[in-house]
Formats: sequence, structure tokens, C-alpha cells
Amino acid sequence: MDLYEYQAKDLFAAHGVPVLPGDVASTPEEARAIAEKLGQTVVIKSQVKTGGRGKAGGVKLADDPADAQTKAEAILGLDIKGHITRKVLVTVASDIAEEYYFSFLLDRTNRTFLAMASAEGGVEIEQLAVERPEALAKIAIDAITGVDLAKAKEIVAAGKFPEAIADQAAEVVVKLWETFVSEDATLVEVNPLVRDPQDKVIALDGKVTLDENAGFRHPAHADLVDQEAEDPLEAAAKAKDLNYVKLDGEVGIIGNGAGLVMSTLDVVAYAGEKHKGVKPANFLDIGGGASAEVMANGLNIILGDTDVKSVFVNVFGGITSCDAVANGIVSALDILGDKATKPLVVRLDGNNVEEGRRILAEANHPLVTVVDTMDNAADKAAELAAGA
Amino acid sequence: MAIFLTENSKVIVQGITGSEGTKHTTRMLKSGTTIVGGVNPRKAGTKVEIEGQALPVFATVAEAMEATGADVTVIFVPPKFAKDAVIEAIDAGIGLAVVITEGIPVHDSAYFWAHAVATGNKTRIIGPNCPGLISPGKSNAGIIPANITGPGKIGLVSKSGTLTYQMMYELNDIGFSSAVGIGGDPIIGTTHIDALAAFEADPETELIVMIGEIGGDAEERAAAYIKDNVTKPVVGYVAGFTAPEGKTMGHAGAIVSGSAGTAQAKKEALEAAGVKVGKTPSETAALARELFNAK
Repeated sequence: MDLYEYQAKDLFAAHGVPVLPGDVASTPEEARAIAEKLGQTVVIKSQVKTGGRGKAGGVKLADDPADAQTKAEAILGLDIKGHITRKVLVTVASDIAEEYYFSFLLDRTNRTFLAMASAEGGVEIEQLAVERPEALAKIAIDAITGVDLAKAKEIVAAGKFPEAIADQAAEVVVKLWETFVSEDATLVEVNPLVRDPQDKVIALDGKVTLDENAGFRHPAHADLVDQEAEDPLEAAAKAKDLNYVKLDGEVGIIGNGAGLVMSTLDVVAYAGEKHKGVKPANFLDIGGGASAEVMANGLNIILGDTDVKSVFVNVFGGITSCDAVANGIVSALDILGDKATKPLVVRLDGNNVEEGRRILAEANHPLVTVVDTMDNAADKAAELAAGA
Repeated sequence: MAIFLTENSKVIVQGITGSEGTKHTTRMLKSGTTIVGGVNPRKAGTKVEIEGQALPVFATVAEAMEATGADVTVIFVPPKFAKDAVIEAIDAGIGLAVVITEGIPVHDSAYFWAHAVATGNKTRIIGPNCPGLISPGKSNAGIIPANITGPGKIGLVSKSGTLTYQMMYELNDIGFSSAVGIGGDPIIGTTHIDALAAFEADPETELIVMIGEIGGDAEERAAAYIKDNVTKPVVGYVAGFTAPEGKTMGHAGAIVSGSAGTAQAKKEALEAAGVKVGKTPSETAALARELFNAK
């Protein structure tokens, strides 16, 4: 889960990382009140989970509370690369002497963590990594020994941070590591980390990604989910413990196993090329079990998507055999009754496939077409969606 | 021959008394796996009756190994306790630890992997979040349904469980030496490259099928490895061409970040290494059959 800047900074503050005072506002009036409390020039920053806010007009200085209200009004509602601004962060404006870059992240390739540091911050880091790789230090971190002050000093030196603030920066790095580990983050990025004219090191921006698998250790992380910004179908699926991602096509997809479902989306997209360019409408993995109840929940979510014109149920009967899956589909359609309105193409393969197909044939549900292979079933589902 | 798991493997199950552990121990026994016991510190000294066998339950992996000569452990313990379970298996020095558990925090996986490395990589780790591996007709360690295929000459390595089953089923006329599900998490023990190296060295394996998916760069690195080190024919498949950027597709590791980890880049890397890549699972199976018959 990616956090908003204000949420990242709240976590930073909780772990002793220096940030500027400020608060988050959902209305221009709230922004004004925060500016009044801060009592000095403030920055109003759009809270969206994407880069390029400054260029898009999502970051503005405000001289006084009335100005803060005006600027917040302009930024709230602003669309930045498809992300609508629903909140703004109001913080004191800081004078900046220098800008640095710092991050901790998961290094999949080396199966460990990585610290990245550069004295040339404030820029697009991917660009720096390509254009001047020598300016970006990458230091592997041992997951067991972690980052103590000595390691932090090594990272800061490798990033060529100036001598005058090196010790202070190292202390901040230790606290960022504490944030990274104790919050189960997969990314903690500060860009820029700044040095103000009084030589104080401050995290001016913050980007944090949390590991959802670690949710059991962090009940408070659930509060960081932005319910308002969530797709309603994704939220409904999550409430039913379903692994669902909304996409923008017309063919609803249900399958078992993440790999098979990803593959199903691809196969449907290929088939769609011959049928008016229809595309998969979603990713939905109902897991190995594929019970009637889970199948009904899944179908219910997909039929709630008004873009969906046909549904492709693609199940490989491995652990759960095909007869059980077929019974699941039949009961799911019974449970849904009149709510099931879209044609269903079902492809079953694997254990007890003959019995599974027999059960579906016997049920003879008017909405269901059984097709033997995945490729042909995808073609049929795309054809039905294109013709609807 | 087979890779990593043979008819001589003696398997224990960590979490044998849990519902998943018991269910899959039953299935493994039915498919001919030699299971010699299980581990649960709270039920040590008791026996569990599964498939007509009274399997002893031990307090630790080390005790189980001492008493039974076990050399493989299959781990079904819940995510909360998985890190300690894997570390225990590593510290006991068992040869192979198959971590089935889904949903382990990545900081925990990074920790046990670092521990494995620091102690000299004596334990091969497969997973986490994987279906395990099967050497058909010999042994089955994990949750792969054994009855969908038989022994043969194809070696299969895959990030995905159900795509593994699909491929095993489509190619059951040729059969498999071993099929290894390495899992879809961002940090995993055994990689595509490890399995490719083992299949290359395995005299029984004549053709290799490799299944990848979006996220990370494991497929690209496997492609480079194949180019330099693999002489046997390799057929590939990559899932996730239509996955949108920044969305996790079921597996914790299946995510395209910016321009990194796309299916297209993986396919191109594999093709550049001479791997024939199928557009769909069925086309991939057809390519494998064609190459196998042409041998």
C-alpha cells in the first residue's frame, strides 16, 4: 500500500525523523485554519499518489491564511495524472540551502534491502540513476544486522553528503531505517531531504510503501487506507476477502490462482483483437478452493460492474476437482437468481473434468456456455461481449 | 533421476497438525511420498493418524531429523510463525525446506534468506508462497495435485501454481522429471536459474519449460543464464501482458513498477536467448510437444 505524503510524514515524525510542522486539510476553510495556527508563510501541497505535483500546479506558497484558503481552493479537486486531489497538506514553508536524495527499498534481485543516497536531490531519481549513476550511491543492507550509526555514516559518505551535516544526516538515516523496519515498509523515500540555512536536516517530502502481508503486526495500518479513493468494486471485493483488481474492459474474469488469472486476462485480450477490441474487465482470483460461496461472491462483484458484457470463468481443477467447481457454479447461479444477467463462458480442466462438464450440461443454465479449451473459451467470451 | 526431490527423500511436515498441514499430508501420502513425521512443539511426543499411518510429532526439526533421518521439510505454518519455522529448519541443517505459506511479510523472508546465506546456504529453500515440487511417481512435497501427470522427461519451473498444473496436465502424455513451483513472492529461495541449472545437469530431463510472470527481473536473468549455460531446449511462457502498472496481481511479487518488470521485456529477453515463448499456455504446451517430438 502506497501512502500519501502526509501519512508518510506522520510515520516519520512518530519515529523521530525531523519534518516540518503542518496538517492535512480537506476543505479550503480547514487549510486556512491550519495556516492561522502555523502563523507564517505556508506551502499548500496536493496529496495524490503520483509524481509531478509541482509541474501540475499542485504545490503553491501562501503568504497568509486568506491566501492559504484561496490556494487550497485552487488545488483541491485538481486532477494530476488521473489522480483527483481530495486533501492538501499545509506546512510551514522552509528556506532550502541544499537538497539531497535518500531511500531504503526492497532489492528483489539481490534478495535484500538497499539504501540509495545522493547529494544531488530534488530531481527525478530515475533520471539521475541513468544520467549520472556515479552520483547515486547504492549500498546493500543486511536484513539481520540492519543499519546502525556506523552503517548510516558509511551510506551518507558514499552519497557524498557534505561534511558539515554528515553526522546529522546519519542520525536521520538511522531513524528512517527504524521506520522502514518497524513499520514493515518496502519503500521509504525522502526526496528531497534538505539542509536549511541553519544547517538543520529535514525530510521535506516523503514516500512510503507498506507491506500488506504484514498487516497482522500493524492493526493501525488499516486506518491508512483511503476508503474514498478506493474503487467501490475493489472495496466490496476486499470486504469479501477476494483478490480483485478493476480494469477497463468488458469481459469479466474469474479464475483460480494468480498466474492462471493473469494468463486468462492476456488470452482474453488476444481474443478481443478479433472481436471489436474487447478487453478483460478485471482480475479476480478466487483461490484454489473455488467453493460455491466464493464463486457466488465473485460473480456478484463482477456482475456489479456495469461495463461487463460477458463473464469468463476459467478454472483448473487441481486441489479442488472440477465436479466440485461445477457444483459451485450451479449453486452460485442459484444463489444469485435474477441478479445473474450476463452470459457466462465456463472452461474447466483438470481432475474429474468429465464429471464437472456433465454437471454443467445437466444443469443446462440458459446463461452458461461450456467450452473445452482456454483459448476457445476466451474467444467465445470476447465474441459475446462484442455482440452484446 | 529428478531434481531436488527423489524416491529416497524423507519428508517431515512443519505444521502437520493444522488443517492445511493435515489435508496436504494426506494428499502427499496418497501420491507416494515418504512422510516420516511432523513438527509441532505443543504436540510433541504424540502421533497423528493420517492415511492409516501413525506419524510421530516432534518438538523441533532437529529432533525429527535425528529420529527419522528426514532430509526434506514442508512448511505449512501460518505467516505469523513462518519466519521462525524456516530459521529452525535452516539451523537444523535440513537439505530442503519447502515453504508453502502464503502471505509472509517480506521483511521476514528477507531475514530468513539472510540467515540462510549467513550460515552457508546449507538448506535449499523453495518458496515461500509456492505450491512446492513434485517428481512424479517418486515424491511430492507440497500441494501440487499428483494425479494430473506422470513421470517423464520434461522439467518444469514456474512462479505460478495453477499455471504449473495446467502445463503438467496439457503435457501429461510426455510426463515430467520434476516440476518446481518457486513461488510468486518478491523474495524467494530457489530461483528459475537454480532450477534451470539442476535440470541441465539432470540426465533424465530432456526439455525444460519455464513459466514466469510480471514483476522483478528474474526472467531476464534466467534468459541470460540460459544463453550461456543451458544446452537443452527451453520453452517459456510469461503471464501478465495486460496487467496495469502499479497494481499487485494476486501474487505479492506480481507488480509492474514504472517500466520495470513487464511481461513484454521478459518475453523479449527469453526470445533473445533462443527460448521459444508461447502466447498462451496451450500454445506453449504445443511448442514444447513439437520440440520434444523433433528431438
